[in-house]
Amino acid sequence: MLKTFKKGGIHPPENKLSAGNPIQEMELPKVVYIPVSQHIGAPSTPLVKKGDKVKAGQLISKSSGFVSANIHSSVSGTVAKVDTIPDSFGYPKQGIVINVEGDEWEETIDRSPDLVRECSLTGPEIVQKIQDAGIVGMGGATFPTHVKLVPPRGMKAEMLLINGSECEPYLTSDHRLMLEKTEEVLVGTTLLMRAMGVEKALIGIENNKPDAISLMKEKARGYKGIEVVPLKGKYPQGGEKQLINAATGREVPSGALPISVGCVVSNVGSAFAVYEAVQKNKPLFERVVTVTGKSLEKPCNLKARIGTQVAELVAFAGGLPEDTGKVISGGPMMGKAVASLEVPVTKGTSGVLIMPEKEAGRGEHLVCIRCSRCVSVCPMGLEPYLLMTLAEKKIFDRLETERVMDCIECGSCSYTCPSNRPLLDYIRFGKANVGAIIRARKN
Amino acid sequence: MNMTILYTVITLGAIGSSAAVILYFVAQKFKVYEDPRIDEVEQALPGANCGGCGFAGCRAFADACVKEGDLSELYCPVGGNDCMSGVAKILGLDAVKKDPRVAVLRCNGTCEFRPKVNKYDGATTCHIIHATYSGDTGCQYGCLGCGDCCKVCDFDALHMDPVTGLPVVDEDKCTACGACVRECPKDLFELRKKLPKHRKIYVACRNEDKGPVNKKACAVACIGCSKCFKVCEYDAITMGNNLAFIDSDKCKFCRKCVPVCPTNAIIETGFPPRRVKEEESTQEKPVVNA
Repeated sequence: MLKTFKKGGIHPPENKLSAGNPIQEMELPKVVYIPVSQHIGAPSTPLVKKGDKVKAGQLISKSSGFVSANIHSSVSGTVAKVDTIPDSFGYPKQGIVINVEGDEWEETIDRSPDLVRECSLTGPEIVQKIQDAGIVGMGGATFPTHVKLVPPRGMKAEMLLINGSECEPYLTSDHRLMLEKTEEVLVGTTLLMRAMGVEKALIGIENNKPDAISLMKEKARGYKGIEVVPLKGKYPQGGEKQLINAATGREVPSGALPISVGCVVSNVGSAFAVYEAVQKNKPLFERVVTVTGKSLEKPCNLKARIGTQVAELVAFAGGLPEDTGKVISGGPMMGKAVASLEVPVTKGTSGVLIMPEKEAGRGEHLVCIRCSRCVSVCPMGLEPYLLMTLAEKKIFDRLETERVMDCIECGSCSYTCPSNRPLLDYIRFGKANVGAIIRARKN
Repeated sequence: MNMTILYTVITLGAIGSSAAVILYFVAQKFKVYEDPRIDEVEQALPGANCGGCGFAGCRAFADACVKEGDLSELYCPVGGNDCMSGVAKILGLDAVKKDPRVAVLRCNGTCEFRPKVNKYDGATTCHIIHATYSGDTGCQYGCLGCGDCCKVCDFDALHMDPVTGLPVVDEDKCTACGACVRECPKDLFELRKKLPKHRKIYVACRNEDKGPVNKKACAVACIGCSKCFKVCEYDAITMGNNLAFIDSDKCKFCRKCVPVCPTNAIIETGFPPRRVKEEESTQEKPVVNA
């Protein structure tokens, strides 16, 4: 029997429309909009000003702390302004706008497509290179990767887990990466293992991608310590705690980090970015984005520069269909609807999903019928109906004891609710408030 | 048969009277002295238990008034000066006099002035929208229109206007308890000095974006041009965060700032209509009906 995580989980229709379409290179945009905060943690500090000439790969915004990430120019050209621009969800945030002129890259970047396997760097050197390249978790959480690789004092990593499950419906960017850049992902995994000083790595792939499983298995034989683990298709298998549970059987305790059970989880996209950063000296300034939707003319997987407007990706995929009800940045479960198409692609944009009008609505919110479906699907073993009521009544101390901070915001509860109750909306509100209370208590 | 009834009455009577004696002595022994003036003060208060004074209710406020021995920090906004002078008389203290205030919504982003750019179908409370979403218009500082403020108003003074999508303050009912000020996640309500005939002059905007950005989002946004700041003779207007703010305590209601505002973000109400000059009326400005 195939492995999967124990508690809860759902299986929404997969709708992997673009799974068979190879990654296409997106043409260069005319202008890029690069927000200075594309990661969890402190926003970076811009280093350029209006009128500066930049090259692709040049550092334009420096990380402002340990939990922060560098940001590099994704194009060559002139800085038009450093001002408030919409971030990947449409909120006005500080960012850098660059007018594109030609396509000149930093000289240090190796632009050849040849695979480089050998690496003579030591672990800390690799971590430094990852930090310099501004690599963050590419699955959508955008947590700076170098922070994960250095375990807190007293803890030791035993193994690396690479998340290739891509449990979100519609998204296929990781799937395509595993098929087209198999060796690169494996080299990236080896580099991450060396950076952490571990001998073992597991790559979890859901069984709805049999081609990726067989290809990765075959190629992984040439790499020491890497094992491919086929997993049963279930959402949210890509969540770190769920993946650890599925692949190793270990359970991360409430409130603890994956490192407490000796695991570090990274995404396939991040592994590929690590390969490029370490072996090709290429900072993270482009990524694979799935542009998909049932009424879209050509669902596709695009390699786009960071800062390209979503409108351009949609135009490439055949333009915005007439019956569009919602445009979502990310997958249908964890993604967020964007307010306009003027938002840029950032490091965490795994997909752009266009939902037709008839599927986009959330339906009328009705009363709770106490069916407890939300409880049975919650992968963290929480009681979403209770959390929602507590958040509604603003009983934050009780919310904390009901472990609201364990919620991974996977949205399984809202998805499964027959009364269309906005469970996750309220839980997010509760989490934000409880989080603020906990932070205030610490200071 | 009759004896049974008699025994029952005697037994129960004995238990009852002995319990009464015990309870009497216990009550004497553990008696808590409470200042009788607390009851008196509580009687003088409005009894709305709204929390506008900063205490949990009228009883708690009365308790504080008696124990504090000084009324300079204590004020009941609902009862006002009359109520506080009554309290002061009971306690033999001096009450502070404050100008009566009224809640004012500092946003005029109606459906007409602030067009909707997307549709929201999540949970309909302002706090959730504030925590998870940037709003269904281009302005992320303005009113979200779910009426959380109306729900917390204990005096029935706030109602949503279905046409504009904004809450409307009923100034006759508003007691300036401040519940809406505390509730609004966008911090749009302000307690301003109450004048006769509902006269008010205020900047109805909280958008901190730069002029070109917020003008695109809302036709009546304050663009921070400082024209009103320059024209004010009483130092009542301050500029900050691309916004003008009129201090209602310093404002002399000369109304000079209102016509100079290029976006009509400054609202005047309760004044007689002014004579319109020819050249002014030709300028294109959004018409504001407050």
